[in-house]
Amino acid sequence: MSTTTLPPAEKTQPVSAPDAKTSDRAKSERKLGWLLAGPALAVMLLVTAYPIAQAVYDSLFDFRLTDPDNRSFTGLSNYGVILSDWLWWRSLLVTGFITLVTVAVELVLGFALAMVMAKALSTIRPVLRAAILIPYAVITVVSAFAWQFAFDIQTGFVNSWFGWLPGISGDTDWFGGTWTSLLVICLAEIWKTTPFISLLLLAGLAQVPEVLQEAAKVDGASWWQRMRKVTLPNMKAAIMVALLFRTLDAFRVFDSIFIMTGGANATESVSFLAYRQTISRLEIGLGSAVSVLLFLAVVFIAMSFIKGFKVDLSQSRGEG
Amino acid sequence: MPDVSRVGDDSMRTGRAGPPHSRRRRRGIAGAAAAGLLSSVLAACGSDEGGVPTLTWYTNPDSGGQAEIAARCTEAADGEYVIESAVLPREASQQREQLIRRLAANDASIDIMSLDPPFIPEFAEAGFLAPVPEDVADRVTEDVVESAIEGSTWNDELVAVPFWANTQLLWYRESVAEAAGLDMSQPVTWDEIVQAAQEQDVQVGVQGIRAEALTVWFNALIESAGGSIIEENSTDPSEIELGLTSEAGIRAAEVMRMIATSGTAGPALSTANEDSTATAFEGPNGGFNVNYPFIYPRALAGVEAGTMDASVPEDYGWAIYPRVDADTPAAPPYGGINLGVGAFSEHPDLAFAATECITSTENQAYYFVTNGNPASDTAVYDDPEVLEQFPMAPTIRDSLELAAPRPQTPYYSEVSGGIQRVYHPPSSVEPEQTPEQATELINAVLRKEQLL
Repeated sequence: MSTTTLPPAEKTQPVSAPDAKTSDRAKSERKLGWLLAGPALAVMLLVTAYPIAQAVYDSLFDFRLTDPDNRSFTGLSNYGVILSDWLWWRSLLVTGFITLVTVAVELVLGFALAMVMAKALSTIRPVLRAAILIPYAVITVVSAFAWQFAFDIQTGFVNSWFGWLPGISGDTDWFGGTWTSLLVICLAEIWKTTPFISLLLLAGLAQVPEVLQEAAKVDGASWWQRMRKVTLPNMKAAIMVALLFRTLDAFRVFDSIFIMTGGANATESVSFLAYRQTISRLEIGLGSAVSVLLFLAVVFIAMSFIKGFKVDLSQSRGEG
Repeated sequence: MPDVSRVGDDSMRTGRAGPPHSRRRRRGIAGAAAAGLLSSVLAACGSDEGGVPTLTWYTNPDSGGQAEIAARCTEAADGEYVIESAVLPREASQQREQLIRRLAANDASIDIMSLDPPFIPEFAEAGFLAPVPEDVADRVTEDVVESAIEGSTWNDELVAVPFWANTQLLWYRESVAEAAGLDMSQPVTWDEIVQAAQEQDVQVGVQGIRAEALTVWFNALIESAGGSIIEENSTDPSEIELGLTSEAGIRAAEVMRMIATSGTAGPALSTANEDSTATAFEGPNGGFNVNYPFIYPRALAGVEAGTMDASVPEDYGWAIYPRVDADTPAAPPYGGINLGVGAFSEHPDLAFAATECITSTENQAYYFVTNGNPASDTAVYDDPEVLEQFPMAPTIRDSLELAAPRPQTPYYSEVSGGIQRVYHPPSSVEPEQTPEQATELINAVLRKEQLL
């Protein structure tokens, strides 16, 4: 049985598509479009493009916040310092690890939750959706504290509840080692953001045409076959968008690490490194350079998703 | 995270705007509210309104003592000024971050600030502290413990007003010391304590977390061994000479490793802070704990709340911080809070007058008794009420006279951050390698050649 999707709908040309002769109506619509989107664009430029440009500019200087008089232009030397430091590469690896683990687990869990939400009886559906979404409504710092307290050797309940598992005892110090710390950080991230991914996937599930499911059923396809050949292929766009958003998000992980380990036991992420150089050390130049590198990494991830996996962002908004 | 949630929010919010007329009315109300808010903000900034200047005092979080002292001094000022307190974040490092960012932007709303002593040189060197007038300096250092004056001094000049002075004591369970045959009326060494704890199967509470507390502990060890983290100080970061690889530095690393690997430091040494070691000391395995005096009122409060048996604090004993070597006096940690006056304050003279009121003997005694924060003014230690509430007050005063401040440098964050990175976890400390590695790292960080 081959993959089944609906034939692509004939896309009607957008009215504002550049024709040889643009009609007056198209012109005025385009003008209206600019009028409507213009203010938002201006605000976006002000609050995102300006700080980014400022960071790029600052990253070229040796600049300490408490010593502004001795600011000096040093070109790309801040980048040299960062890229030749093992701490940067280690933080990049840790960030990559957290991203990979959390996004992979969240995708599977989120999909299962989306299925549950989609198939649940309509009487309990609102309650179920609210229950699943609650973790996403919790402030990240609060969730990080909650998980920290749960695993804490003195105040936590995890050690006494799960003491029967091999490797866990009353003396297990979760935040004393790299892997155990990363495990708790990943768990907290997964708990908190799985609802987001399941919400996006739920929207994707709703887009799978019921006719195809029924046709497959009539053909005698099993549940698993329908899932693999009908549901998943029709949801590809939604899955890719969910993955893209979550990957970008996970790559900037900061709050949980800040609260739980403070960067101890080699758990620093790239964002945490930027924080420590800029805010703690007050080295605005060096910190800006770390931030710029983080920004480039995020741009790289976004571009590789969009180009590599041909993610069509417009589909997530129900356009096209 | 905010970016992504915003993506979701926008699409959900579309089409929710109300009918035009209600929106217009709402905008009117919002405008009025904004104008009201703006005027109240302006009123808060323009402190001369109504003739009485308002001084803003940025305080570290406490049990309400500083707010009460602000109210008392406002009353005592009799219309000359009003002190309003504003609370800073919980961690000393975050208090510094917030104050420095605001002062770097010439924030005139900062009149008085409660400063953690190790950060005072950085503030002074950056020109963020108003110079202390000579007559004020003379008055606020009278009868004040030496370590608090030292902690308020930079480049041989008093740059802050000593307020309260903290120090760590060696807390012990009298029953444990007795069983181990330790004579606690005489100075004890780390070796003796660890040995006693091993014999009695109890814990020695030390702060091994990767945070400022680790630097506090390490500094006390190296100072007790007769050395210093910074041997040759300088305002030029590349000329700072570290003493980590000196004999005393290596000895400090040895003691740290000895304690961490002795099996007496508890299962979570690498995350142990002041609170968690105090909790462990209250428990059945509590034996010894180097900690600030807060643990005593904390235990009494536990008894009052019914969460702790009264026999526990009754068993508490206290002594001067342990020695590294039997014949060299210990150099206990020094902490506390000193008051700086913002360089951009519009009323520095009034602010200094206010700091004199805040640090008066009565107010320091009040603060000691109600909040458990020891005074820097030695006269307070003769107050009968203080002695009744804190029977260990004389030990605290003696400890403060011996206490050594952490390295005084405008680059304190780099030095402390470097030590925290290399000496953590304490069980990994190798006396032959760790001091060398830390010296290399801190020097490279000070030369801006490495990340921290």
